[in-house]
Amino acid sequence: MAKFTTLEGKFVSMGIDNIDTDQIIPARFLKTISKAGLGDQLFYDWRYEADGSPKADFILNQEASKSKAVLLAGDNFGCGSSREHAPWALTQYGFRAVISTSFADIFKGNSLKNGLLPIVVPKEIQDWLFANPNSEVKIDLANQTLTIADGRTVTFPVDPFMKHCLLEGVDELGYILQQAPAIEAYEAKRVGSLNTLA
Amino acid sequence: MSNKPRTIIEKIWDQHLVAENPGAPALIFIDLHLVHEVTSPQAFSGLRERGLKVRRPDLTFGTVDHSSPTHSFSLPIVDKVAETQINQFEKNCTEFGIPHFGYKHEKQGIVHVIGPEHGLTQPGMTVVCGDSHTATHGAFGALAFGIGTSQVEHVLATQCLLQQKSQTYEVRVDGKLKPGVSAKEIILALIAKIGIGGGTGCVFEFTGSAIRSLSMEERMTVCNMAIEAGARAGLIAPDETTFEFLKGRTYAPKGADWDAAVERWKQLPTDPGAVYDKTVTIDADALEPMITFGTNPGMGMPISGHIPDPASYSDPLERDSLTKALQYMNLEAGKPLTGQPVNVVFVGSCTNSRMSDLRAAASVLKGRKVAPGVRMMVVPGSQIIKRQAEAEGLDKVFKEAGADWREAGCSMCIAMNGDQLSPGEYSVSTSNRNFEGRQGKGGRTFLASPLTAAASAVMGKVTDVRSLS
Repeated sequence: MAKFTTLEGKFVSMGIDNIDTDQIIPARFLKTISKAGLGDQLFYDWRYEADGSPKADFILNQEASKSKAVLLAGDNFGCGSSREHAPWALTQYGFRAVISTSFADIFKGNSLKNGLLPIVVPKEIQDWLFANPNSEVKIDLANQTLTIADGRTVTFPVDPFMKHCLLEGVDELGYILQQAPAIEAYEAKRVGSLNTLA
Repeated sequence: MSNKPRTIIEKIWDQHLVAENPGAPALIFIDLHLVHEVTSPQAFSGLRERGLKVRRPDLTFGTVDHSSPTHSFSLPIVDKVAETQINQFEKNCTEFGIPHFGYKHEKQGIVHVIGPEHGLTQPGMTVVCGDSHTATHGAFGALAFGIGTSQVEHVLATQCLLQQKSQTYEVRVDGKLKPGVSAKEIILALIAKIGIGGGTGCVFEFTGSAIRSLSMEERMTVCNMAIEAGARAGLIAPDETTFEFLKGRTYAPKGADWDAAVERWKQLPTDPGAVYDKTVTIDADALEPMITFGTNPGMGMPISGHIPDPASYSDPLERDSLTKALQYMNLEAGKPLTGQPVNVVFVGSCTNSRMSDLRAAASVLKGRKVAPGVRMMVVPGSQIIKRQAEAEGLDKVFKEAGADWREAGCSMCIAMNGDQLSPGEYSVSTSNRNFEGRQGKGGRTFLASPLTAAASAVMGKVTDVRSLS
């Protein structure tokens, strides 16, 4: 997983609440058996005309958006399906952080496992950013702070373990594999008779 | 462990703790891991890259459901990308020793239908699947939740997951459902009440007299859509209804093991005096048939209601979201939804594709015809359900009414397999999501119960089933 430490720059604004994962990556693109090419399909049905040409008025098609690594979104971003294709598509497009007032649980977990930082901010910060769409933000994961262009700095929550994984660029599976003795001990005392192989 | 009264959610959590290390989330053991073709291929690739095996194939089970066509098995799979995914899934399961039902298997079906059908899902278990509707299995008093593909890989490799403890949220439903009102109404009413983010960070426990009187199939419908209120899981404490459903199923415990299991399961219900982090109540007596009008499952209302006006919302983002939804749906604020012409009716999905759902739809269609110009698809949840419905003659009712009777799968709920709406079409659907494009690019979805769906098919427009004589 790519490391995440600090990030500074402008953001892409999508002022819509409840952006679901079916919008982020429509289901018909989930037939892939790899992770490749999902960035081109990000927000496909909002982004492209029926003939596949880009919609000029959609924000991700604007030249200025293409160099931005932060997405600002409405409340409850990433609701709906558990598809990890959503953060894969967002990171392949170039996003490294999403700012909102809240995130759906599964999306948040999936994002953290892919180097995409979900940043929860108070409503007044979100409102200010929507009102100042050409401003810059500064993200510091070690200190868990977001600084906006009027000088205000807010802290955001991050699970300490996931923060460590992001700062160091390591994934969780290595840690879980190290817990093998605890898993074996649990299995030895476990009650339950399910055997799908029977 | 202290003697503090605990909820069923806390009891299951405590029983599955493998490790609690400082600086890391709890490591919990997973009793049942269900896999399907869409969210697993990259996880199997990850195992291969790391040279890992599946730790507990005996606690893992697979089926093909999302990408598989529901047309006649005599026809080839037209979509070669889908065919590749299905073949890769079967290859992965075989290579890693995971039992599974492949395409055309006589027991294949939707992952959340086959788990309970074969007794794989049992009370007190932790159940995961790379699918957000895994909450369905909570109907059995299991802690069941959807996971992403990275976590699918974690569970395949270690049978464990790192998890933060969720908050507990009691959804108390007392009273008695009126005719024409089903389990689907309970969950649609809850989501409309607390919103699609209302349960974020929580696990629901559904309690109350109305829940107790539901059959297992109805309980699955309620738990299935917990995620549509933002809760990763929703469960119902097991009782005699649960045990009766499970007894004798293929993977349910047998003989003395069964008796011991029932004794264990009887310890699961929430202790008197246990405290939930949140509580909400729903009055079952007051429920009417529910239907959604917008582009998320929280945009729902009683079928006799009127579409809300964005101007009545004070928050600008909420106002814009409803305006955008009504534009997409091409619906007018302030108008009723009944009478709205529909093009397609879909009965199926992990929410409503079981025998009781098919019987409900057939009870409306018997002796009636699907309205001219309306396409109705009935997609059973599994091949076993399909055969049972045929043994009861339900397929004849559907076909005589002019509906299309299909093979089992997710079908038009997620529209990955060619079963889909055309741009601009309206559907009444018994599925779980009405997001933009969910049932096909540009398609417009009204979520409702099988009764409402069948009534709307007959009339060719959104119809209150209670208005049919």
